[in-house]
Amino acid sequence: MSRLLLNKRFALSGLLLLVLVLPLITSNAYMIRILILTFIWTIAVYGLNLLAGYTGYLSLAHAGFFALGAYTLAILTVTVGLSYWLAFILTLVFTSIVGALIGMIALRTREHFFAIYTLCVGYIIYLIIYNWEGMTGGVRGFIGIPSPGSIGPLEFNSQISNYYLVLFFLVLTIVVIYRIVHSLQGRTFMAIRNSEDLAKTIGISTTKNKLIAFILSTFFAGLAGALFASFTRFIGPEISNITMTFDFLVYLLIGGIGTLSGPVIGTFIIVWISQELQFLQDYRMLVFGPILVILIIFAPRGISGFIIDWNLKRKAKKQQIESMKDMENNQEVKEG
Amino acid sequence: MLKLNNVSVNYGAFTAVKNVDIEVHPGEIVVLLGSNGAGKSTTFNSISGLNKPSSGEILYDEQNIVGFPPDQIVNLGIIQCAEGRNLFPGMTVQENLMMGGYVHRKNKIHVKERLEEVYEMFPILKEKHNESAGSLSGGQQQMVAIGRALMGDPQYMLLDEPSIGLAPLIVEQMFAKIKQINDGGTSILLAEQNANAALKIADRGYVFENGQIAVQGTAEELLTNEEVRKAYIGA
Ligand SMILES: Nc1ncnc2c1ncn2[C@@H]1O[C@H](COP(=O)(O)OP(=O)(O)OP(=O)(O)O)[C@@H](O)[C@H]1O
Ligand SMILES: [Mg+2]
Repeated sequence: MSRLLLNKRFALSGLLLLVLVLPLITSNAYMIRILILTFIWTIAVYGLNLLAGYTGYLSLAHAGFFALGAYTLAILTVTVGLSYWLAFILTLVFTSIVGALIGMIALRTREHFFAIYTLCVGYIIYLIIYNWEGMTGGVRGFIGIPSPGSIGPLEFNSQISNYYLVLFFLVLTIVVIYRIVHSLQGRTFMAIRNSEDLAKTIGISTTKNKLIAFILSTFFAGLAGALFASFTRFIGPEISNITMTFDFLVYLLIGGIGTLSGPVIGTFIIVWISQELQFLQDYRMLVFGPILVILIIFAPRGISGFIIDWNLKRKAKKQQIESMKDMENNQEVKEG
Repeated sequence: MLKLNNVSVNYGAFTAVKNVDIEVHPGEIVVLLGSNGAGKSTTFNSISGLNKPSSGEILYDEQNIVGFPPDQIVNLGIIQCAEGRNLFPGMTVQENLMMGGYVHRKNKIHVKERLEEVYEMFPILKEKHNESAGSLSGGQQQMVAIGRALMGDPQYMLLDEPSIGLAPLIVEQMFAKIKQINDGGTSILLAEQNANAALKIADRGYVFENGQIAVQGTAEELLTNEEVRKAYIGA
């Protein structure tokens, strides 16, 4: 048990060290760019995981909130002319408030009605971005979004500095999500996922706690969106498209829905495979489709869930063998 | 006192509970007898606020709690231990119990004390506190379910068929524990099909048939009632 934990710690620190020194040992700007985008997607997927994975409410408006964060940051910095970090904080507040308002209505529905309702919400956000040209630039997109403003001596103009900034927010996200999942709040979400009636009978206000999960998920979508806008510095309405939500969902399902490491694992693996299969262009989906189907059938909790279950099984087997050995020993003692 | 006045509950056009009057006085064990589909769980769920009666009132110390959200009813001290040993499968025994202390989450010391009391009542749960709830036997799971309800500090505890699917010997132990909980000052409303075991510890009882109360009386009256004996005791 403790050895397993130690191994895990070791692997985690190794991984962190690797991503920390990576920009120093490679000069491949394209790879760094892909990594930054992967970090950003991962943050968004963590938000989706909290709601869909831990609380059991599958929101299909996630890309909508991602885009809401991106466009709010763009408008606040460029159109309104606020300083970057003030705009950044206001963006997070604004996406969370919109999340709260939409959540209040959406959470009156459940299961597939909730999915359909949020699908519509996502589409409406897309339509607004697409059609409100004066504000968003419409199809042409929104250009000239500033890079993150400097904090004291730290400037974020170069790609490498952006890499570290986004990595910082990713690590922060993982730490916060870890703390939430291991707190009473996290167990409350899981209780709701398990059975809402049962959660109610032990005194959980499901209305309130589902709303908390919804707001948290939009918060992380908004955070990812804001980081995306200031990294790419150009955004178009396609980032609010449903296909983007499905991308997030695929990352989550393959990595492992309702697990802590699922979002990182899924996003990295799928982005990496997509890069490798780029020569196939849109036919990539012919590869992904079957992989996804097979995975859902044989490992419904994704790669991460599969590893967790496998470890548990191994441990149980070991215990069984040990107890059998004990019994044999006892018998020998008796016979001898 | 917990009092149901002329309560009816509908599922769509179907009336599952019709004009029911029930009283539970402080310190009592009251049993609701009835076969499958008689309306026991429906009655419990309307007390807990999980469904809303179409008419009638549910009074708790003179206050009508119809329309209160379920968490508020739990906070008032009416706690249901639902049918079918409904546990949180991914959590350990102790985590399940701790979830029952949710309403007292701001008072960690109180929750800890409560946990010790539950472990005192069910020592086997302390032994297995770190095991996954799903790995326990049926009787032990029922203990976790009852223990979890106890963690919330109920004034009134609604126990929905705690004996279902348990071996006779375990049933006997379970009812002894229920009596013990009642002796500790918790009033109990108990839904059961096992009339014999339930009436032995109960003060009074109601017999449900098709959502209505067919017979009511003290435990002795019901134990000697011809109809009840025929229908539920098989003698
Ligand atoms: N959610 C529901 N929707 C529609 N009808 C329901 C629902 N729940 C229960 N019923 C019906 O209401 C009636 C009463 O059911 P209830 O579950 O209250 O019975 P019960 O006395 O608890 O039975 P059991 O001993 O089997 O638990 C039954 O006819 C049942 O089919
Ligand atoms: Mg029932």
